[in-house]
Amino acid sequence: MSSAVALQVGHLARRSVVRTLRQPAMVVPSLFFPLILLSVNSGGLESATNLPGFPTDTYLDFALAVTFVQGALFSANSAGTNVANDIESGFLKRLSLTPLRRTALLVGQLSGVVTLGLIQAVTFLIAGLVAGAGIEAGFAGALVIVALALLISLGFGTIGAFVALRTGSGEAVQGIFPLLFAALFLSSVSLPRDLIQTDWFRTVATYNPVSYMLEAIRSLILTGWDGEALALGFACAGGVALVALVAASAALRTAMVRT
Amino acid sequence: MAGEAAIVAEGLVREFKKGPRAVDGIDLRVEPGEVYGFLGPNGAGKSTTVHMLTTLLPPTDGTARVGGHDILAEGAAVRAVIGAALQEAALDPFLTGREHLQLQAALHGLPREERRERGDFLLERVGLTEAADRKVGGYSGGMKRRLDLALALVHHPRILFLDEPTTGLDVQSRTALWNEVQRLAADRGVTVFLTTQYLEEADMLANRVGIIDRGRIVAEGTPEALKAEIGRPSVEVLPADRDDLGRTKEVLARFGESVTASTASAAVRLAGGEGQLADVVRALDAEDIHVERLQLHAPTLDDVFLAKTGRSLEGAAMQDTGAAPDAEAVPA
Repeated sequence: MSSAVALQVGHLARRSVVRTLRQPAMVVPSLFFPLILLSVNSGGLESATNLPGFPTDTYLDFALAVTFVQGALFSANSAGTNVANDIESGFLKRLSLTPLRRTALLVGQLSGVVTLGLIQAVTFLIAGLVAGAGIEAGFAGALVIVALALLISLGFGTIGAFVALRTGSGEAVQGIFPLLFAALFLSSVSLPRDLIQTDWFRTVATYNPVSYMLEAIRSLILTGWDGEALALGFACAGGVALVALVAASAALRTAMVRT
Repeated sequence: MAGEAAIVAEGLVREFKKGPRAVDGIDLRVEPGEVYGFLGPNGAGKSTTVHMLTTLLPPTDGTARVGGHDILAEGAAVRAVIGAALQEAALDPFLTGREHLQLQAALHGLPREERRERGDFLLERVGLTEAADRKVGGYSGGMKRRLDLALALVHHPRILFLDEPTTGLDVQSRTALWNEVQRLAADRGVTVFLTTQYLEEADMLANRVGIIDRGRIVAEGTPEALKAEIGRPSVEVLPADRDDLGRTKEVLARFGESVTASTASAAVRLAGGEGQLADVVRALDAEDIHVERLQLHAPTLDDVFLAKTGRSLEGAAMQDTGAAPDAEAVPA
């Protein structure tokens, strides 16, 4: 990366982080909503731990992984809304008139997403530990959880940015939020896949990459170091991020027209 | 390139899918240091032209060179010599004015020390030093426009595009912006391409005016020359006794066609020019109409627009319903 591009990335990243942190309405719900759901589920679904084959005897440990993915879904909303605002306000045109590289713009924009993801991941970890959850893989495992959560945030955030770049509309970004939540709930979010009794649900959950993201985080919390689960989790998160980045780059070429 | 025009366009065309030709074969030439006013109603093609000249929109046909560079083949070189404040004051409401300038300067590759100095200088120049560290979301419309102008100037551009810079501003903010544009042209020799739908603005700022309607330039010249070309002044009479308004209108009707005036006054465009003024006074006196105020109005650019298009500039945008305003005609 040339020094000029690095300078552009640095300043756009700073802007992305600053504007994200200056919008409490964007940050606070992304922290509280997953924690509220964690609190409700870990109380209400505790009896699920009595199912034969359930991997833990406290539902809190099982459900903690969900907060990281749920927080990442808010990243899609945050990144998409920020990009859509830039298009709607004409800010993207202003940037287009500078010698800005498209790659720098995308990387810079997504830095805010990753920062928000870091705040979320650390908050969820601390909240989980305070509530009594344990992490079998220890401190190193906690760091891997944070790393995977950031990758998931990057992937979903880039999906939000892609939708914004394709449509130029904040409303369209809001529209994908329920779809992403549906993807979360059609996964192994509430039960391990092998305990899902409904065939179609189990099939959908098996093909749903979100299941593997959850299971990778869950493995570090419940069983320690599970290479296969981690490989699948990172592969799915990385795959989603890669596909979304390629799509967003292509969309940016169309959105950022200049001769 | 010495002696080369700052902006040259030949046969510039922009068509939109399923829409009219937003710009329909524009030729223009703007000399270095000139303030060129591009005057026309909403939907006339002003912003589309600016988007093409600033490399944000490729033309469907025709060519243009800006700062000596081809807008299609040398887009990056064009962008290096121009600054632009587009129709929307495109700012981030969550950043401060100073942060905007720092970001803009960094994207243009200014060294760290120069970024700070240039930012401070421009903030002072546009009168935003005190508000520099406040978030832009709390700025007034005039402050946003002034910051927009400062951002366009960060990298010392030779050519400045201002797309309706004072639309929606109060009189005070408008005057402050006009002063700044005049200062830029006079002190630094910056070429200014200014679009506006305000006659007064074009008259006040522009060395030359191009009047655009439905994508075509219908008249071009200095404001004085354009007005002299059609040259007929109007006379407005306020009768001392309001009951005489009807008779006043009848008298004035002998001297030309009626034009808009205040509700208590009557006005006509003098068919025979200002030489008829004495005849008007005599005719009013002969009818025993006492006059409280009588004013001779010089021709305006609206008169020029009316003469060239058959419509008044103020009414043209409303008559053109169905034609998208410029900003909407340009894809995001």
